[in-house]
Amino acid sequence: MAKDKKKASGEGDFSTGGSHAISKFKVSDAVMMIILVLLCATCVLPFVHLLAKSISSNSAVLAKQVTFWPKGINFDAYISIFKDGSLVYSFFYSLGVTLIFTALGMVACTCAAYPLSKRRLKGRSWITFVLMVPMYFTAGIIPTYLLMHDLGLLDSMWVLIWPLIYSPYNMLIMKNYFTSNIPESLEESAFIDGATNIQVLTKIVLPLSKPILATLSLFYAVGRWNAYADNMYYIRTDSLKMVQYKLYQMVASASEAQTTTLSEAAAVTSTPEVLQAAAIMFVTIPIICIYPFLQKYFVSGTMLGAVKG
Amino acid sequence: MAKTKKPVVPKNDIPLGKAMKRDWQLYVMLAFPIILVIVFSYAAYPGLRMVFMDYKPMKGYAGSEWVGLETFKKIFNDKDFIRALRNSIAFNLLDLAVGFPLPIILALILNELRYPKFKKVTQTILYLPHFLSWAIIGSVAYTMFRPSTGLVNIILMNAGIIDSGIPFLTEKWHWAVTYLLLGVWQTMGWGTIMYLAAITGISGDLYEAAMIDGAGRWKRMLHITLPGIRPTIVTLLIMNLGRVMGSNLERLTAFENSMVRDFSYQFAVYIYEKGLSASKYSMATAVNLFQSLVGVVLVLLADRVAKKLGEDGLL
Repeated sequence: MAKDKKKASGEGDFSTGGSHAISKFKVSDAVMMIILVLLCATCVLPFVHLLAKSISSNSAVLAKQVTFWPKGINFDAYISIFKDGSLVYSFFYSLGVTLIFTALGMVACTCAAYPLSKRRLKGRSWITFVLMVPMYFTAGIIPTYLLMHDLGLLDSMWVLIWPLIYSPYNMLIMKNYFTSNIPESLEESAFIDGATNIQVLTKIVLPLSKPILATLSLFYAVGRWNAYADNMYYIRTDSLKMVQYKLYQMVASASEAQTTTLSEAAAVTSTPEVLQAAAIMFVTIPIICIYPFLQKYFVSGTMLGAVKG
Repeated sequence: MAKTKKPVVPKNDIPLGKAMKRDWQLYVMLAFPIILVIVFSYAAYPGLRMVFMDYKPMKGYAGSEWVGLETFKKIFNDKDFIRALRNSIAFNLLDLAVGFPLPIILALILNELRYPKFKKVTQTILYLPHFLSWAIIGSVAYTMFRPSTGLVNIILMNAGIIDSGIPFLTEKWHWAVTYLLLGVWQTMGWGTIMYLAAITGISGDLYEAAMIDGAGRWKRMLHITLPGIRPTIVTLLIMNLGRVMGSNLERLTAFENSMVRDFSYQFAVYIYEKGLSASKYSMATAVNLFQSLVGVVLVLLADRVAKKLGEDGLL
C-alpha cells in the first residue's frame, strides 16, 4: 500500500493543493463560507443555549425567555449539583477509571506492539494472528456477559477496565510506528553495547516514540470516557456507573417522565429544566475545554491507523 | 550476548533455544496481552454454542438442551427480529446515503477556503461532536427539540412559522429524520480528515496545468480533486458497507422513547432487551452472530466489487 503511505506522510498540514492561488474573492467563496458558518453554528449554539439556560432563573426558563443569553443570572443549579454530590462523585470516579484504563492500556499495547515489531522474533506471525483475531470477530454481547459473570467481574469497576485495555487497533498503530520510525541501527548499537531488550525499549524506543504514546493514550482515554454501553450491560450499582451513563439515565428518565434521578434535595431548589441543563453542561464543559488541544493528536493517530486499513 | 564482531542485528535463522535465550524478555512482555485476549476474548467463543441450544441461565451450558437450528428458525419467525432487521438495514442505508457524501463535500469546501485562520477555526468547531458521547448528544438534542420547551420549537413559534411544537423526537417519522440528521451532524466534521489528507497528496502541478488551460475552480474540483481522492472514497465506502448490519446501542438509546419504538427498535436494542432483560440468551446470541457474519460477508463482497472495478480495495 505504497500509495497510502505517501498520503500519510503528507498529513498534518492541510494547506490545500494550491487550487486557489491568485483569483479574486468571488460569490462562490462567500457561499462556501456561509455554509461553513451555518454548520459551525449548529455545533456551537446548542451549547450556548444550554449554558445560558443553566445559569438563568427558573421563572425566565419557564417563561421560555432564555435563548442564547441568560436571564436572571444565578448559579443555584450548579450549587445544588455540587451539594448533592452524586454527579460530582461519578465525575471523579470516571476520571479514576479512565486514568487506570489508559495506564494499563498503554502497558498492554506496548507489551504487544514492541515484540511484534521485531522481525527476528520467532513465532511472530502466529502471535500476531492470535492478537488480531478479536478485532475481526467477537463472540457477541451475551457470551461475553456470561464470561464476565463467570469471572466474577459483573457489577465491579474492573469490568470497565480489563476487557478493553488490549486494543488490536491501537496495537497495530503502535507497531507500525515502531517499524517505520525507529531506525534499526540505533538498536543495533545498543545491542552491541550489551543492552537487553527491555533496556532498548525503555531507554531508546519509548523516548523516541513520544508522539505516538501521546496519541494512543488519548485514544484510550477519550474512548473510555465517552463509552458507556458496557455500563448498561454489566453495572447495576449506582456508585459504579460512569458519569456519561448517569447523564444518559437522568435524561432518559426525564424525557419519559419529566423527573430527574438526582436526589429530591437537589430537585426542589431548581426546576428540572435548569438543573438538567446544568448537569449536561457539567459533563460537557471539560471536554469542550480540552478537545481543541487534543484534536491534532487524534488527526495524526487516525491517519496512522488508516495506513494499514 | 555481545560478541562485538559480526552479529549486527540478531537474525531469525538461529535455533529456537538460542532465540528464546536472546528474546525471552520479549516473550514475557507478550504474555500480558496474550493472557488478556485469551481470558477476555477467546474464552467467550465457546459460549457461542448456545445458538444451537435452548440456553437457560439457571441450567447453564451443561444442563441446557441442544436444539440444532431451532433457534434460527425461531428468530426468522420472530416479529421483533423482522422489525429489528428492517429498521437496522433501512436506517443504516439511509445513514450511508445522507452521511457518506457530506464529509466529501465538506472536505472539498474546506480545501477551497482562502483564509487559513478561518479554515482552522471552522475545522476545530466541526470536530467537536466527534468528541462528545451519545449521552451528551442525546440530552442536548432533547433540550433543543422538545415539543413545547425545546429551543427550536420556541424560536419557530415565536417567529410565527408554526402554531404548535413539532414533535422532532416524539413522533416516529420526525424522529427518523432527526435521528439521521444528528448522526450526520456527529460525523460530518471528523469524516473530512481522511479526504483532506488525500487532497494534500494531489500534485500541485495538476492544478497549475489546469489553470493554464483555463479550467475554473469548479472544473478543477471535478476533474482533479475528486478523481484524486477516489481511492479514499472507495476504501471508506467499503468500510461503511460493512456497517450496514451494525447497530449502536448508545446512539439508539440516547434518542429512544416509547413513542418511537417502531423505528428505534434495531439490532442493538433487540439483543440488549431480548438477551439481558428478557433472558432469551440463545435468540439474542443468534441474532448477534447473524449480524456480525452478514457484516463480514458484506465487506468481502464490497471489496471484490471494488477490485473488479479496478480500485485498490481494502484487503
